This record gives sequence, structure tokens and C-alpha cells, in this order.
Amino acid sequence: MQKIMVCIKRVVDYNVRVRVKPDESGVMLEGVKMSVNPFDEIALEEALRIKERGTNAEVLAVSIGVADTQQQLRTALAMGADRALLVQTDQPLDPLAAAHALLAIAKKENPDLVLLGKQAIDDDANQTGQMLAALWNRPQATYASKLAIDGTKATVTREVDAGLETIEVDLPAVVTVDLRLNEPRYVKLPDIMKAKKKPLDVIALDSLGVPSPVSFKIVKTEPPAQRQKGIMVKDVSELVDALKKKGLI
Amino acid sequence: MSKILILGEHDAKTLNPATHKCVTCAKAIPGSHITVLLLGADTAAVAAQAAAIQGVDEVVRIDRAENAHPLAASFAPQIAALATGYTHLFGPSTSFGKDLTPRVAALLGVPQVSDLMAVDGAYRFRRPIYAGNAIVTLEADPARILVATVRVASFEAAPSGGAATISSRTLDVSLPSHTRYVGVHTGATDRPDLQTAARVVSGGRALGSAENFKLLFDLASKIGAAVGASRAAVDAGYASNEMQVGQTGKIIAPQVYFAFGISGAIQHLTGIKDARTIVAVNKDPEAPIFEVADVGLVGDLFQVVPELSRLIGA
Ligand SMILES: Cc1cc2nc3c(=O)[nH]c(=O)nc-3n(C[C@H](O)[C@H](O)[C@H](O)COP(=O)(O)OP(=O)(O)OC[C@H]3O[C@@H](n4cnc5c(N)ncnc54)[C@H](O)[C@@H]3O)c2cc1C
Repeated sequence: MQKIMVCIKRVVDYNVRVRVKPDESGVMLEGVKMSVNPFDEIALEEALRIKERGTNAEVLAVSIGVADTQQQLRTALAMGADRALLVQTDQPLDPLAAAHALLAIAKKENPDLVLLGKQAIDDDANQTGQMLAALWNRPQATYASKLAIDGTKATVTREVDAGLETIEVDLPAVVTVDLRLNEPRYVKLPDIMKAKKKPLDVIALDSLGVPSPVSFKIVKTEPPAQRQKGIMVKDVSELVDALKKKGLI
Repeated sequence: MSKILILGEHDAKTLNPATHKCVTCAKAIPGSHITVLLLGADTAAVAAQAAAIQGVDEVVRIDRAENAHPLAASFAPQIAALATGYTHLFGPSTSFGKDLTPRVAALLGVPQVSDLMAVDGAYRFRRPIYAGNAIVTLEADPARILVATVRVASFEAAPSGGAATISSRTLDVSLPSHTRYVGVHTGATDRPDLQTAARVVSGGRALGSAENFKLLFDLASKIGAAVGASRAAVDAGYASNEMQVGQTGKIIAPQVYFAFGISGAIQHLTGIKDARTIVAVNKDPEAPIFEVADVGLVGDLFQVVPELSRLIGA
């Protein structure tokens, strides 16, 4: 295991309650706190643990996004990534376009393992890892809750609807991570200082020569339908009555 | 005419109801011709089930020893090879469909709509973003195959009563050996399945232990309900991972959902928005779960749950 590439997306922080713009043109992002996608943070933590377990692999954090995404990459460096790369673009990319860009980086960097979150909490698409694996013609192991590296193989436990599935993949492979894989470390102040000296390269998306993205047209963005206001009951017997009235028991 | 290919999900014995829901979604597209595709080692039994779904015109089987387990790396090239000629390709938004469908889309060189929740036209759809805090309407280019996962909680299962033709195909596609199935560990019980149950009893961090979750299992047995959990309860080890409900767990739409000691975080609520009735019991009157509850009770679950079991059992 020589190199692990971790893909990181800058997203609206998970504590922010996102609101739709009155003109339905999108969601309000002005002045909103931005963070590393929580799943990608778990991916990075896993890469660091693999490194610290003695493989001493180089951990490269890659992101695609606006110039300010450097903030999230600095966080990644502070957590312990060795090097960061921002593929800069002002264009929001959908997962297929992101996968093409990540493929171009993977071909250059030749990582043994690509780790990323199973989904980003903004578009909730759950596609990028699978698409990258397809384009790269490599194995995919999605929804990982356990990852064991053994030479040129990885054994991955996956959270699936039925329970836990285990598969074995040859490296290099793309692994997308689920919440229970690990708990990411907190960044300490000295690490933030150290991170300032670590290399963070910025390249333009155009310089990668990836195909221009085909995408969907976003017609409008609306708030979800609201549920009708409910009733409060005083005690369990009132609750049972209410359920009976609704024909639920 | 829209020619729609649906990726059927099954365990060799039973067709997953997610497939029936995809059929309902496909039927919402005017003038659709619907084919259910089944990959497996032997899909005879499930092909008969798929053929009996009302609205299905055709069932196509690809039986091959390597298809015994649904590995996306092996399934995707076969599906991509078969997809030519179809206008739409739908997979369910289950762990099977979410894993597989994007790999197919990428092989076909097209983007994907995830969690399609409503059909406004053959190439116009709605889907949730930001954990359901916003709904986007998308338009796709009719010149390309439209690949999507169908948000199964948004559609009723199509009824049986159909009689589709069944055919078998052999494809000349070589499969990778770089991905190997090892095994699956299921928390399988004889309880109703969480994703399709009409009633769900769910518990949060407040349960405090796996032992205490038995209170919920008792109540669930009384009313024939499945048991779910919040992420906090799963993370703490009180409940198993396949019980998690929410943005990153299961998205469900039961007739009634009981939330005991669940605060109502947005990530949890996104999994239960489509429940017909939400019942919440929480000792904190300010808990956000009460904002979405149809029936709320401020109280201690350790008193409420046993009493409820008793009163319902009586
Ligand atoms: C990226 C991401 C994804 C996530 N995905 C999910 C997901 O899929 N599903 C999910 O559920 N969460 C998810 N979460 C976590 C979510 O934000 C919440 O942390 C979680 O839902 C809280 O679980 P809880 O309600 O059980 O616990 P808490 O928020 O701790 O709530 C416990 C509640 O129990 C009440 N209580 C305590 N004692 C009693 C008692 N004796 N009787 C009655 N009530 C009592 C308290 O008043 C409180 O309201 C996600 C978070 C992130 C960041």
C-alpha cells in the first residue's frame, strides 16, 4: 500500500437547515457554513488509520470545486493527509462529471486505494464512487463498515439492506464508506499550524481534458410538502383512542 | 413509446417488492413498454413472480453461475450490453440498486437521476436533495437513455394479475474476477420486513441498551410491526445496522410509525416523511419530532411502552 487517494466534497454543514430560495432557483447558500462532507471525513480517517497501522502509505486528498474548497482541503491536511489537490471549477458538477475528473487524477497518481463517502449530504446522489470504479474498470466496494487490507487485496464488510455483506476485491479498488466505519479524529490547533506548510496544489478542471459534462436541466427547486399539524394527547389511554379512531390498531 | 428496463431485485426465491414499486413508477410514464431484467444463477422462480406483476410486458432472464450474487462489477457490463434500445433504465433505491445502477450509467456514459420520487413526464422528474429539505424538478435529454434509481417509498407496489412473456438471454460478456463475494450476515428474523411493513415501532438513543429494545420488540409483536432505530441507537449498539431509518438508513413509508425516544433530527425525519401517521413519544415537549408527529405524547417511554403493550393486548 503506497498511496491512498481520498476524495473530499465541500458541502453545506450538516447542522444547517437548508432553505429553498423564494424564486425556486435553488437553495440559499449565501453565508452558510460549509464543511467537509461527513462521509468523506470518515473516508479520510480510514486512510489515516491504514497509514498509521504501519503501511506508511501517502494520503492524498483530492477535491473538485470552487477556490474556497481550499479550506476543506486544509482541514484534510490538518487531520493528517500528506498532500492535497484542488481541481478548481466554478461549475457545479454532477457525479458523472466528477467521476471523470477523479479518473484523470487516479490515472496520474496511480493510488492503490481510492476512498470516498458513500454519498454527499447536499445532492444525496450516491453515485460518484460507483461511476469512478466503472470508468476506471476497477472493483467497487460500497457502504463499507469494515475494511481490511491484505497485500494486494481488501476485504470489505458492506452495510446492505439485509445486514452485512462481505466481499473481497483486488487492489486498486474504489471503496465508499458508511457511517459506522470509524469515528473521525478531532483536529488539534498544532495540526492546523502544521497543515499550513503541507503542499496544496490547485489545477484548473479544464487542464484535465475530461469530456464536457452531460447533465440534467434543473427546472426548479421547491420546498417539500409540509405535513399537517398533528394533535397532542395527555396519556396512554388517549393515545390508544387516537390510534383506534384512525383505524391503526 | 418509452421502452423501460427495470433491474429486478431478488434473492433467488422471492422477488423483492422494490421491483413492484419500480413497475408502478414506470407505469406513470405514458405509453410505456415495461421489461423486468433478472440476473441470477437460476431465476426461474422469480421470473414467474415478475411476469405476474400487472403492467409488466416482458421478463428477461440472464442465468449464469457467476450471477449467483449481485456484484455490481459483474452485473453492470451485462446490463449495459442489454440496455441498447431502451429509453429508460430503472433500478430500485435499495442497497442493491444504489450500488449497481450508477455503475451501469457510467458504462453507458450517461448521468443518473437518484431517488426519483415523482414522474411529471417521460423525461421530467422530481427528486429530493439536502435530506429532503428541497425537491428539484429535472429534465433529461430524450436523445439519451434515462438511468434512474426509483425512491421506493414514493410508490405503491404494483398488484399481481399480469401475464408477461418470459425469455432467456445469453450474453457474450466477459466478467471480471477482481471482485469476489464472500458471504452475508443477516439479522434475519421472522418479523415483518422494515422496508415494506405497514407498521413500524422505532427507538432512539433514549432506549439506553439492547436489552431495553426488547420493550419495543414486545410491542411490535403485539401489533405485527417491524422494528426500526435511529442512528444514535444503532451506533451505540442497541440495534443492528439494517434497522437504521433515515437519510443514510432506510427510507420507509408505513401506515403508522411509532418513534420512542427519538429527537427528530432532520436526517432521521427524511426516512419517515412518507409515513401515513407518525406517533411520537418523547419526554421533552420541545423535541423536534413533535413538529412532524400526527399524534404526540410527552412522557417517559419506559412507562408508555409497557402500558401501550398492555392496553393494546387487552
Ligand atoms: C451525515 C449524517 C447522516 C445521518 N444519518 C442518519 C440516519 O440515517 N438516521 C438517523 O436516525 N440519524 C442520522 N444521523 C444522526 C442524526 O443527526 C441524529 O444524531 C440522530 O438521529 C439522533 O438519534 P436519537 O434521536 O435517537 O438521539 P437523540 O437526538 O439523543 O435523542 C434522544 C431523544 O430521546 C428523548 N428521551 C430521553 N429519555 C427519554 C425517555 N425516558 N422517554 C422518552 N424520551 C426520552 C430525548 O428527549 C431526546 O429527544 C445522521 C447524521 C449525520 C451527520
